[in-house]
Amino acid sequence: MNVLIPLQRLAASDLPKAGGKAVALARMMQAGLCVPDGVAVATAAYDQYVSDTGLRSRVLLELGRKRFEDMRWEEMWDAALRIRNLFLTTPLPAALRDDLSQGLAARFGTTPVVVRSSAPSEDTAATSFAGLHESYVNVVGADAILDHISLVWASLWSDRALLYRQELGLDVQQSTMAVVVQELVAGERSGVAFSRSPTDPAQAVVEAVHGLNEGMVDGTVEPDRWVLDRQTGRVLTHRPAEREKAVVPCGQGTRLEPLAPPQRAEPPLAETEVGTVFGLARRAEGHFGAPQDVEWTYRGERLSLLQSRAITTDVGDDEDGRRWYLSLTRSFENLTQLRQRIEGELLPAMDAEAAEMAEQDLATLTDDALADEIERRRAIHQKWHDVYWSDFIPFAHGARLFGQVYNDTVRPTDPFEFTRLLAATEMTSLARNRELGRLAAMLRSDPALAQTLAADAAADAGGPFEATLSDFLARYSVMPAGQSGEREGVVRLLCEMAAHPPTAERGHEADGADLRTSFLAHFEGAERQQAEDLLDLGRASYRLRDNDNIHLQAVEDEWLRAASEGKRRLAASGNAEGKVRLADVLREDEAATDDTAAQPDAEAHTAKSRQILGQPAGPGVATGAARVLEGPDNLFDVQAGEIVVCDAIDPNMTFVVPLSAGIVERRGGMLIHGAIIAREYGLPCVTGVPDATTRIHTGDTVTVDGYLGIVTVAS
Amino acid sequence: MAHTDTLEQTLRELLAAQPLAVLATHGDEGPYASLVAVAATDDLRHLLFATTRATRKFANLQADARVALLVDNRSNQAADFRDAVAATVRGRAEEVQEAERGPLLALYLARHPHLRDFVAAPTCAFLKVHVASYFVVTRFQEVMELHIKP
Repeated sequence: MNVLIPLQRLAASDLPKAGGKAVALARMMQAGLCVPDGVAVATAAYDQYVSDTGLRSRVLLELGRKRFEDMRWEEMWDAALRIRNLFLTTPLPAALRDDLSQGLAARFGTTPVVVRSSAPSEDTAATSFAGLHESYVNVVGADAILDHISLVWASLWSDRALLYRQELGLDVQQSTMAVVVQELVAGERSGVAFSRSPTDPAQAVVEAVHGLNEGMVDGTVEPDRWVLDRQTGRVLTHRPAEREKAVVPCGQGTRLEPLAPPQRAEPPLAETEVGTVFGLARRAEGHFGAPQDVEWTYRGERLSLLQSRAITTDVGDDEDGRRWYLSLTRSFENLTQLRQRIEGELLPAMDAEAAEMAEQDLATLTDDALADEIERRRAIHQKWHDVYWSDFIPFAHGARLFGQVYNDTVRPTDPFEFTRLLAATEMTSLARNRELGRLAAMLRSDPALAQTLAADAAADAGGPFEATLSDFLARYSVMPAGQSGEREGVVRLLCEMAAHPPTAERGHEADGADLRTSFLAHFEGAERQQAEDLLDLGRASYRLRDNDNIHLQAVEDEWLRAASEGKRRLAASGNAEGKVRLADVLREDEAATDDTAAQPDAEAHTAKSRQILGQPAGPGVATGAARVLEGPDNLFDVQAGEIVVCDAIDPNMTFVVPLSAGIVERRGGMLIHGAIIAREYGLPCVTGVPDATTRIHTGDTVTVDGYLGIVTVAS
Repeated sequence: MAHTDTLEQTLRELLAAQPLAVLATHGDEGPYASLVAVAATDDLRHLLFATTRATRKFANLQADARVALLVDNRSNQAADFRDAVAATVRGRAEEVQEAERGPLLALYLARHPHLRDFVAAPTCAFLKVHVASYFVVTRFQEVMELHIKP
């Protein structure tokens, strides 16, 4: 089977086997434009690979776990990561591998190439999915090219592709992928051009950077931008960039490096060259009969066309939030800046504000002043809640970015092995659990005191235990403010903990150190430092994902403390006379807090569930009585050895985790809090179980299979 | 002898074409039927399947190893009464021992490559049925028996 087709030989009718990008490049090449030469790897290669190895069925199984409609974005990312790892760890059938390897070696030898996706459904006029699938720059040698072809194939099932599955017509049985392998033009100045501006039909746009255009495409390097008159080609405006860095070829791949001073001072293109680039875009438009978005590069005086596709309006709209999700994919540079902002400014400011509120004596305020204070605190909470979405959640992408690099490099059997490396870091909720463990140990060594407290949780324990407990309660909030019974709840929990042997954390230090060593051993020289920096970023991201809720909770607690004081005054006065403003403010509060109530899943099941499929999020298996957590009230009812079933384990709930034997969560994802903590304690965990809290009842005997993501409910 | 060869050939073809079989086990509440992915050894002595240990069928097998399986190629059309082949298999199921796991698993995964992760999970049991007899039904009422030598 000949699966490598030279670009020069492709015709328009080859679209189904060579994909849109390959056919478009071939057409430009045949029209006499300067296009880097290369080959298309036909869809037949993908089809043979996924059929012969059983990958097609494995992808089907992976995506069949749950209806797409029920999947959270994080679950899509997890599913895509698992599929990507299947492609990484499943070797090509020997005959196909030999075929491709010999063909690629003969064609390219040691010439650096670019490996890019060319899906039959992309780059057509109706659907422009710019950047939806992967492309890899500066790949050298047949083996490396083959590895990257696998990655491009896997990108057919990336989280981004899954997100647009309907528009793409993504179908496990039918969908396929061709790949373009082209000689790399090590361009010195690169960019994009729109033959017609997406925002003004009378204008055209040219953008340019020094170096390769990869940095510009992912937003790391800011381009110079020219707006031109589409009819005359006259430059209307030029917006220079802060020219600081450039992406250049380096080893296998690319590197971001500082620009030399002369380049910083000069725009990447002279004005005549801007016109030449615009002319190229117009020629492409002439050939395709529609306005084009082209990628180009200059090496010396030679201008090459790298890609051309029809300009379409943006894919999808923002009503379903997909664009927000896509914005989470960020570069290392971007995430590093975000980390500085979060660690250096946002968290300290948030803590300072919470501390300032905590110091205030609410009892001394007049009713009207209290009403003002409640409003002020509500606004403060809203502000930080917004920051949580705009900054903290995007920063969580650092752990994902690291995970992807780790998997590409190490190719582990377990696609989530990287979380063990990330986990070797200090997390607030674990520190809090350790303190609870020390308190439980005090009780364990003092049976008389344990007995007293077990009989009466409100009893004054006295002595060092009481002092340590008070200190603990002053420092940590384990219940929303304004709710009574926190001390009694904690005492009940401690009595339960003391009655059983202590639970150990997994001790990630040794494990993490081994994984770190073997991960870093894959890199040399400057790349090694980059890998260390990325690990450091990944750990910061993983840690913050755990800690951010605790910081936010402290702010929310202060708002609720003020609201609680207001409610107490209203209740004490018997009627609202003279307290109209306070009553109004509290009514608004109710409306604000009602929004945060958990949304039930769409469908309530009446049939009894026997075996429920979720996502395997923490390896292990355990059987025990279910404890369904409905809210903070029954948090302290958890008994040792029970299976905790809940909507989502909040970082503020993690102190019950060490007592339990396993975790079942409705909310799905491998990097969500409950999964992180379950793995810390080596507990089996299944997440993404639809309607978990209604399909499972407290007292049911439940088996949690954290290897396969199955929850079995015994009758 | 010719009958035996033909029957064995029919069975091999049926088992090669059908990835799934109905497995019948027996528990406190009576018979229990489940759908499982199967593979047969070439000598027809063993059928292989996998299940997680938390399942009802596995609990039943722990208490009573006797099983029946049904493998058939029906297409749910009237023509089935003329064309369909159904084989009832009787035997005893047990977990595959470590010593023979390698080759049997390779055989099973060659048939069901997508079950690699499933079978690898510590919570999954990989079982083999020691077949005692096959009862092969063709043309609606034509029944042949094949008894496997112990």
